[in-house]
Amino acid sequence: MTTASARTDGPPETEPRFEEVADVRARLGEVEYLADDGIGGIVYLADRLGKPVLVEGPAGTGKTELAKAVAKITNSRLIRLQCYEGLDEAKALYEWNYKKQLLRIQAAGIEGSSDQGADWVDLEEDIFSEDFLLTRPLLEAIRAEDPVVLLIDEVDRVEVETEALLLELLSDYQVSIPELGTITARQIPLVFLTSNATRELSEALKRRCLYLYVDYPDMDREREIVLTKVPGITEALADQVARIVRSIRQLELKKAPSVSETLDWARTLMLLGVEKVDEQVATDTANILLKYHSDIAKATREFAKDGGQTAAKSMLG
Amino acid sequence: MPPDTALAVTGEPFLDLLGGFIVSLREAGLPVSLTENLDAMEAVGHIPLEDRDAFKYALAATLVKNHSHWRVFETVFEVYFSHRSSAHVLDEDAAAAMADLEDQMDLPPGEGGTGAGGAGGEAMTPEELAEALYQSLLQGNEAQMRAVARQSVRRYAGMEPGRPVGGTYYLYRTLRQLDLDGVLAKLLEAARNAAPEDQNSLDARLEADEYEHRIDQLKAEIEAEIRRGLVADRGVEAMSRTLRKPLPEDIDFMHASRDELKVLRQAIHPLTRKLAVRLARKRRRGRRGPLDFRSTVRHSLSTGGVPADPQFRPPRPHKPEIFVIADISGSVAAFARFTLHLVYALSGQFSRVRSFVFIDGIDEVTHLFEGTDDIMEAIHRVNTEADVVWVDGHSDYGHAFEAFWERAGREISPKSTVIILGDARNNYHASQSWVVKEMAHRARHTYWLNPEPKSYWDTGDSIVSDYAVYCDGAFECRNLRQLETFVDNLA
Repeated sequence: MTTASARTDGPPETEPRFEEVADVRARLGEVEYLADDGIGGIVYLADRLGKPVLVEGPAGTGKTELAKAVAKITNSRLIRLQCYEGLDEAKALYEWNYKKQLLRIQAAGIEGSSDQGADWVDLEEDIFSEDFLLTRPLLEAIRAEDPVVLLIDEVDRVEVETEALLLELLSDYQVSIPELGTITARQIPLVFLTSNATRELSEALKRRCLYLYVDYPDMDREREIVLTKVPGITEALADQVARIVRSIRQLELKKAPSVSETLDWARTLMLLGVEKVDEQVATDTANILLKYHSDIAKATREFAKDGGQTAAKSMLG
Repeated sequence: MPPDTALAVTGEPFLDLLGGFIVSLREAGLPVSLTENLDAMEAVGHIPLEDRDAFKYALAATLVKNHSHWRVFETVFEVYFSHRSSAHVLDEDAAAAMADLEDQMDLPPGEGGTGAGGAGGEAMTPEELAEALYQSLLQGNEAQMRAVARQSVRRYAGMEPGRPVGGTYYLYRTLRQLDLDGVLAKLLEAARNAAPEDQNSLDARLEADEYEHRIDQLKAEIEAEIRRGLVADRGVEAMSRTLRKPLPEDIDFMHASRDELKVLRQAIHPLTRKLAVRLARKRRRGRRGPLDFRSTVRHSLSTGGVPADPQFRPPRPHKPEIFVIADISGSVAAFARFTLHLVYALSGQFSRVRSFVFIDGIDEVTHLFEGTDDIMEAIHRVNTEADVVWVDGHSDYGHAFEAFWERAGREISPKSTVIILGDARNNYHASQSWVVKEMAHRARHTYWLNPEPKSYWDTGDSIVSDYAVYCDGAFECRNLRQLETFVDNLA
């Protein structure tokens, strides 16, 4: 059984960034990213094993934030590749600046020289040199000298075939450029891939990554998040906000409120000077939490009912 | 600590345990590859076993690559890595909490006190236990709830070593004795009485939710306690088989419970997107509009006048069209419920979905799915408003197809795909299979999805083959996995 240290060909061993799991949790807490217990362990593992992390979950639950927070706590530069349908090698990996190359060739032709043979050799080397290489995020991450966190955002938007681009990079941290050869990473970056789970990712991609599912937080954690990210909010209001959002999420909605929407709502309530939420306020501000008309209608209907009635109904269900 | 030392400490037995764990996961249907297996073993070397949460998530990160498999993973994990002493050691928190409860209720302390192996509260009568339950739920003290759960299982489940009975039986017995519905009613009553005058219904609702939440936690704790007892009694391998819940992909539509249907509904969406992409793929790939001369010349300026980068106009998109014809009669009632969800999900992905439902008459329900965000409401309206009963409400595929052909047959074009969902149990009426022949002739593709197992096809009054011979394919479609296979096989 091979361990990371026994990898013979590949990027050199990187210094471990974290001492232990508790270290990760503490440092994430310092930058105000309130992580669930599992997250700390997985980030630690990703560092030790040198494997990328695939973060999946509903929209707005802090997946991208995680990568940014990890970049902050390890003092690394964040390199971001935003995926979209139609992403190809030229936009993701590298591209030869062929326009510059063509102009260079034309310029060389104009200057002219008697000894055209040697000239061409020089020119050829010149054209396919680093100057004419446009590095895109993935290649940049590989070639970086300084510590780097690579964020590949919303990887579920690219089609399955395009994922093949990532495979060589994620398993061996190297990129093959036909003219320049294989470029291996100088140090293993921390890689995060995020996905909103709108489609199944391919087996080959999942196999190369550690999997992390970030779900909506539970009530206590959400309250903590509100207290941290919305300065000046009272404990009572934060508690109410967390409770109401939990109740709303239990309804069958088209789109459940995410953490960012909860924070927006909390900030709005503060701005409105609300101290205690009642139906009127909830109904008036519901459009900040819920983005579909049918969802808003359903939520207002639920909260207008008597508490005991709904409980009895749900026990029968 | 370096991986080798960790394994040396825990050694061979631990590796065997981990190996057994992975075998159980595979038997449950989780696709754990060899690479993932090795990753898990490597990962485990970095995380100490004591940090149970981190250990669990470390294993999950390497072995579970699909969130819908999480429940199954958790169940198997509990079985393999839970506290496995036969003496039901009461952890210190819970024991202390039990003692607190007894103080509150002015009971004499139980024998054995709060030490390990002791069982505080065993001297309680059923009434006192019920009171303890009520108090712990009222205060929401988790440690107390755990202690109460432990007591209830010990008292009411009647677990005897060697009894060949499943966990659900013990769970049922315990829950029946505890009468959680009654407790909830009492809690709500007390809350209502204790509420201040100006408490609005929102607050009341929130309190009710909180109590329900605590009761759910208690139920989960009781389940876990029963599982621990069973593992201690029977050993790990036997348990993991009986406790397994099916993966969402394997839930049989016809026999799905309400909770399972909910899970299914969530799992449908990535699948419909895949279906849309598949059907639209041929239309999009490699199609370009005509050459855009002006744009090409403009772009050629940066390459010294050489038009190295021809620009094309964007292609006019073909909108894939789907006709869905679904049987919603009693024999496929559960499947029908699911197909309506599928139709609703499809209408989000395709530009034009015409949906029809039938029993012996047929009715178009497209308008019920369009322009509504609420799937449950749409389904409710289909069930109540669709005019699908012609004579007696027993399936008559022949008449339904005839009526369809009359009404909408002309609208099937070479751009359409037709999907028929049903078991073809025709009650010995005339088959009128010429309709399907005509449909297949006109449409781009015609498919039949049948919720019955293949061995039942053409038995009794099922005439699937009469229809399927004209279709591009007839597929057995009993669970999501088979539905996914169907989507994968689409041309």
